[in-house]
Amino acid sequence: MKLAVIAGTPGSGKTSVLIHAAKSLLREGIHPAVVKIDCLWTEDDKRFQRLGVPVAVGLAKDMCPDHYSIYNVDEMLEWARDQKADVLLNETAGLCLRCAPYPDSCLAVCVIDVTTGPNAPLKVGPLLTTADVVVVTKGDMVSQAEREVFRERILETNPACRIVEANGLSGKGASELAELIREGPKVGDEMLLRHNPPLAICTLCTGELRVSKEHHRGVLRHLDGFLEYSGE
Amino acid sequence: MTKDPACKLTIIGGVDKDGKKELLERLDMRRGEIIGIVGPTGSGKSSLIADIEQFAQGDTPSGRKILIDGCEPRAETRSDPRKKLIAQLSQNMHFLADMSVEEFLRMHAKSRGRSPEVVDRVIELANTLTGEPVHPGHHLTILSGGQSRALMTADIAVISDSPIVLIDEIENAGIKKKEALELLAGEGKIVVVVTHDPMLALMTSRRIVMKNGGMMRVIETSCEEQKVCEDLAKVDDWLMDLRETIRRGEVVGAAL
Repeated sequence: MKLAVIAGTPGSGKTSVLIHAAKSLLREGIHPAVVKIDCLWTEDDKRFQRLGVPVAVGLAKDMCPDHYSIYNVDEMLEWARDQKADVLLNETAGLCLRCAPYPDSCLAVCVIDVTTGPNAPLKVGPLLTTADVVVVTKGDMVSQAEREVFRERILETNPACRIVEANGLSGKGASELAELIREGPKVGDEMLLRHNPPLAICTLCTGELRVSKEHHRGVLRHLDGFLEYSGE
Repeated sequence: MTKDPACKLTIIGGVDKDGKKELLERLDMRRGEIIGIVGPTGSGKSSLIADIEQFAQGDTPSGRKILIDGCEPRAETRSDPRKKLIAQLSQNMHFLADMSVEEFLRMHAKSRGRSPEVVDRVIELANTLTGEPVHPGHHLTILSGGQSRALMTADIAVISDSPIVLIDEIENAGIKKKEALELLAGEGKIVVVVTHDPMLALMTSRRIVMKNGGMMRVIETSCEEQKVCEDLAKVDDWLMDLRETIRRGEVVGAAL
């Protein structure tokens, strides 16, 4: 069993790129299964169903979707094995961009949209810097020069990544991505995350509604960057 | 220039929008040649350019194959800008990057493995193509369509100095079309230009006629057509002058 985790900025075209890649895998006789993680609502499963690919949806509801996706990996893999799939494609919701939901033995794919501008790769963090493959979408909306500058910025933050220029409408880049998924690593028994999730155990995580800092405990970061511990 | 500049670009025909075999089965283009792509809207001109740009190997909807010197191009020439054989001027008239002209050109020079000194040359050249001067400190997002197009053209001529140049329409952009095409064609390049513009179409040596997603035939530009092209160039210069006269708030003089 192989695992590809597809993460990326909202609206970057993760689902469209993945649908084309799934078609490409099917043409090569490989059976993918898809788990789509979202927060509150999704209809993307219907798009995959039309391809005849087994698809499951996980809604994180009031949990962080990336955390939810990480600790449910075993369950997803078990489900994919029941579906007799060769590869599990796990598409995450992608929200704060501070979590990188990639285990060590998977193909980590980050999808990013070139129209977000050349500063976007600097804002994304571990989601981009720990990815094996960076898929750049919407390249048809900018000039070649702008695509190349964007690419340079990605390589500045993640010099070892493989960049795939893809188009969710035409399917450009899908066969290249499918090839990388096919050649990706097998899942391990004891998987570890590539990067630690953010330090975010604060009173808000346990349901505090009051805004002012005086009501909050734990490690708190001030606007000027000063870290304070408040509590027993 | 790239270390091993391409000598020959070949298109092996695929299928049209109905899945029927294209009438034109094969087309070879040599260095120094300017080839046009013509046809009505939706006839597949941009798709043909896209096939060439990504060196399609039967993996796009048209099923076409693109060969360089008779062979399938190596994978790195498809992606690494430092080894790219193709420079492309697309229909996109505006920049989205929130950067100054100078900062952007420096980054682009770096991505293509060129020294930052080329930046001044790009701006200088751009200013020969447009009536509205471009300054290094200008923000890309405020440039007009004409300025953007002039800058993209000069950027291709200087920074993306690749042996194959693809152009998807230069018309209606407020830049000197003939000069722009000559600049892009440079010395010994293969230039492919999609156009509805009579002057640009007749500046080519041959033009591919597109219909329903397929390549129909190739027309060689006749001597007669070349003469028409010379007349059109005069008309175009005149239009450009009139445009500038009106822009400066002056009164237009005598007829041609």
